[in-house]
Amino acid sequence: MMLDTCDFKTQYVLHLADDALVLGQRLSGWCGHGPILEQDIAISNISLDLIGLARQYYQYAAELIGGDTTEDSLAYFRESREFYNHLIVEQPNGDWGDTMSRQFYFDTFHFFQLQHLTRSEDLRLREIATKALKETTYHAQFSAEWIIRLGDGTKESRKRVQKSITHHFPYALEFFETTEFDKQAHDLNLGPDVRELKDKWIEKVREVLNIATLDDINSDAVAKKGGKRGIHSEEHGLILAEMQSVARSYPDAKW
Amino acid sequence: MAEVSEDSIMNTLSGVMDPEVPVLSVIDLGVIRDVRINQSHVEVDIAPTYTGCPAMDVISSSVEEAIIKLGVSKVEVNTVLTPPWTTDWISEDGKRKLLDYGIAPPKNEGNQKRELFQSAPEIACPRCKSNDTSCVSLFGSTACKSLYRCNACLEPFDYFKCL
Repeated sequence: MMLDTCDFKTQYVLHLADDALVLGQRLSGWCGHGPILEQDIAISNISLDLIGLARQYYQYAAELIGGDTTEDSLAYFRESREFYNHLIVEQPNGDWGDTMSRQFYFDTFHFFQLQHLTRSEDLRLREIATKALKETTYHAQFSAEWIIRLGDGTKESRKRVQKSITHHFPYALEFFETTEFDKQAHDLNLGPDVRELKDKWIEKVREVLNIATLDDINSDAVAKKGGKRGIHSEEHGLILAEMQSVARSYPDAKW
Repeated sequence: MAEVSEDSIMNTLSGVMDPEVPVLSVIDLGVIRDVRINQSHVEVDIAPTYTGCPAMDVISSSVEEAIIKLGVSKVEVNTVLTPPWTTDWISEDGKRKLLDYGIAPPKNEGNQKRELFQSAPEIACPRCKSNDTSCVSLFGSTACKSLYRCNACLEPFDYFKCL
């Protein structure tokens, strides 16, 4: 399912799905390892929401592609080069501050992205986004609260979360890089012009960083990009290897 | 196919419980959106509560099983996303059952639900009724609940959060 073999709308739906799946898979790595029980449960719930969302998008993409394609073939039988998720969602879990800074940047973007998708010309995207927006509001609140708690916490927590926030910022800037499918999706009124989401995102991020007593964003930072064009980090292959191994070892297995 | 009426189906479904909140039936929960009786089969529309809720598959198969027991030969359960399920659809009876079970029912926050970074609502303890409670975590034992602590009786409790 390389980019040039499917139409722009399908590419766009796959891009939305891949973000949700890869981040959902990443977060599932915390299940049983959360810093305290409440956070273990919370992050696993957020993971479930994202995987549920990925399924909705993949089911739709499979219908658009037709033939034998299913949600499972899209999730388990594509190669890393065929995934169009943002680089930030494949970044390692690291410590709790790393996970929360990755989550905070993503959730805040996801909130504004979904808000726009609830007005999509496409009925199915509108339906999926309307449902997911309500859940994402809770995710965004959760991760922002953690940024504040860690930033305005102990000397050690502040130092570590500051490092994560600074490290992930250039990855987050890929949200606002326009690919051909973004452009086409916007021209067809399916999704937002991602560049237009940037101001709202920056404003919200700044507000939270300020409450968290963390440094302001680096306005000279340059986006780390490639994920949306299928060019991923080494981490991505490792995520897929783990996630896809059962399906690929037993391709016709049924639950 | 045996003769069934919508009333008998709804009556049966009021005995089908949510596996994760076993005091609430699928009717109390408000997830049954439509029931259509055709010549050869019965169709049921279900609205999922949370996108990734693992209970939804169990709910769908329990609904199918319950209707088949009425003598219906074929049941089709459809998932409908629009309009999206909201906690406003939990019946008054359902809210009372939640409270009796020790889960604080959703407190209508009106249009605040969609705001980014709203503050946690003030929730009364389902045990001692004190308003002196605090939110421990937005995500409790399931996606649909938050974990609270009562500062008066010191007991932890679940709050069925608004969606």
